[in-house]
Amino acid sequence: MINLSLRELNQLLTSKQISPAELGSVYLDRCRQFNPTLNALIHVQNDLAAADLLTADRSQSILAGIPLIHKDLFSTKGVTTSAASRMLADYVPPFDATVVGRLRDAGMVSLGKANMDEFAMGSSNEYSYFGAVNNPWDLSRVPGGSSGGSAAAVAARLTPVATASDTGGSIRQPAAMCGITGIKPSYGRASRYGMIAFASSLDQAGVMAVSADDCGLVLEAMMGHDDKDSTSILAEPWRWQAPQEASMQGLKVGVIPDWIEQLKDNDIKRSTQQALDTLVSKGAELIEVDLPHADLAVAAYYILAPAEASANLARFDGIRYGHQSAEPCDDINDMYRKSRNEGFGQEVQRRIMLGTWALSSGYYDDYYCQAQRIRRLISEDFKQAFSKVDIMAVPVSPEVAFKQGEKSDGVSMYQADQFTIPASLAGLPCMSMPIQPVRGLPVGLQLIGPYFNEQVILSTAARFQLVTDYHLQMPEAFL
Amino acid sequence: MSINRKELTEIANLAKLDLNAEQTQQVCQSLNQITDMVERIKKADTAQVDPMFHPCDFWMPLRKDVVTEATHKEQLLALAKQADADFYLVPKVIE
Repeated sequence: MINLSLRELNQLLTSKQISPAELGSVYLDRCRQFNPTLNALIHVQNDLAAADLLTADRSQSILAGIPLIHKDLFSTKGVTTSAASRMLADYVPPFDATVVGRLRDAGMVSLGKANMDEFAMGSSNEYSYFGAVNNPWDLSRVPGGSSGGSAAAVAARLTPVATASDTGGSIRQPAAMCGITGIKPSYGRASRYGMIAFASSLDQAGVMAVSADDCGLVLEAMMGHDDKDSTSILAEPWRWQAPQEASMQGLKVGVIPDWIEQLKDNDIKRSTQQALDTLVSKGAELIEVDLPHADLAVAAYYILAPAEASANLARFDGIRYGHQSAEPCDDINDMYRKSRNEGFGQEVQRRIMLGTWALSSGYYDDYYCQAQRIRRLISEDFKQAFSKVDIMAVPVSPEVAFKQGEKSDGVSMYQADQFTIPASLAGLPCMSMPIQPVRGLPVGLQLIGPYFNEQVILSTAARFQLVTDYHLQMPEAFL
Repeated sequence: MSINRKELTEIANLAKLDLNAEQTQQVCQSLNQITDMVERIKKADTAQVDPMFHPCDFWMPLRKDVVTEATHKEQLLALAKQADADFYLVPKVIE
C-alpha cells in the first residue's frame, strides 16, 4: 500500500477497494507510529476532517481521497500554522492558503502539518522551534531544509504527498537528501497567497512525492493564476501527461562540467555521472554549457533574501497576532523588541539584521542593488544556456545528508546551497530526482527547465524513473 | 566591509530587536563572516547592468481596485493578545 503510486491509489479508491477514510487512516496510523522517531510533523490530526472526506467522495479529480501533509507555512483555516516559530506557535489562521484550498477542492485529505526551518530559513531543519527533524535514512543526520519535515515524511511514507516551498533550494536539497522527488515550479506558477513569506521575489510553492508522475499530478492541481497574488502569472496552466516510454531521443541536456568537478565527494561525482550516462543511454544528447556568473549566486542571494526577509518579518509586532512578551514593557518599542526577541530564533534574527544592514543608508546601492544586478547577469546566463539546450542537469547538493550539529556557522551552511540558488534567482522551474545512493544515503540530480516549462523537467524525470528504481527505495526502518 | 558593535546596535534598533553585550559580540562576529562572504559581489563589473528586482521581467496582472474580501473583524481581533471592543491594546504611545 505505502509504495503505490498516486494513479494506483486512485484505482483502489475509484474501484471502491478502499475508501478515502480507510486510506487516510493507514497513513495517519503511520504518522502516529513514526513521528516520535522523526519529528517530521509539528501537528498530526486527531482524526481525518469530515469535510475533507466529504469533498473526497464528491470530487472527480484523480487526487480525490489521496492523503497529504502541508508544510507548516501554508495557512490552514482553523489549524495552527506556526512556520516552526515561537512567534506563531499559537497562530490559527482564519483562512486557507490558495494552494491548500485548491488541493482540498480536488479532494485531498489532510493528515497534518510538517516541521521546517523557522520561517523557511535554513538548509538542515535544525532551526525549528519544535526541534530538529531526523533523516529517515540515518536518524543522526539532517533531512536538509527548509522543507525537511515534508521530505522526511514522504521518504518514510507517512504521506504519499507533501506540499513544500523553495526560496533558495528548500525543496530540491531536502528531496535529494531524503531520496524523494521534489519540484519547484517557475516563479509565479503557484499562488503565494496564504504562504507565510520569507523572501517574496524568490518564494515559490511546490510538491514533494515519491515520483515525478505523482509530483506532476499534484502540481497541475495546485498551480494557476490567483487574483489574490499579484505575482501569480496569467499563463495557461498545462495538463500533466505522463510519458509512456523512456526514450529521450532528441533531448538536449545542458551539463556544467565545472560543477561536477567541484563535487569533492567522489562517490557523488560517480553517481551523478552514472545518472547522466542513463540519460544518454535513452537517447539524450549532453551539451556543455556555462553559467559564468553563478559563482556569485550564493553571495547575491544572502543579500537579497535577508533584505526581503527583514521587510516581510517587520509585520510581526506582537500586537495584532503572534507572540507577545509577558515581560513588563516601558513603551511600545520595548514591547516590539521583547516580543520579537522572544519570538524569533537566532538564525531568523541574524537574517533580519543582515537584511536591515543591506537595506540601510550607505549600503543599499553597493550591496542590495549590486546583488540585483548580479541576479540579472545570472538570469542572462541561463537564457544563453537555454538557447542551446532543452533542460539542464546538474548536482543538487555538494554532499549527502550531513550529521546534525556538524555545520555550526552560518557561512558553511549557506555554501551548501551553491547549486540550487542560481535557478532560484532566475525564477526557473527546477526539481530533484533520486539517483544512485552513496554509502547508503540518497543523492539527487537537479533538472532545470526554461521559464514556464515544468513539463520538460517532469517528463525527463518520469522517463528516467521508468528505467530506474531509486525513487522507490525507502529506508528499511520504516517499511 | 565589517560591522562594528555601534553599527550593530543601530541595526538591531532599526530591526526592533534587543541584543545584550554578549549577544552583540557573537552576532557581530557571525554577521561579519557573512559580510566577508558577500563582499565579492562588489568586484563584478555591472556598470551596464540594470538591477533585476523581480524574476518575472514582464507585465504582471493587476486586479480591479475593489473590495473582494468580507470583513473578518472579530476573527482578526481574536488573534490579538490584548484587544478591547474594536481596538488593539498597546502600551501608551502619547504622553
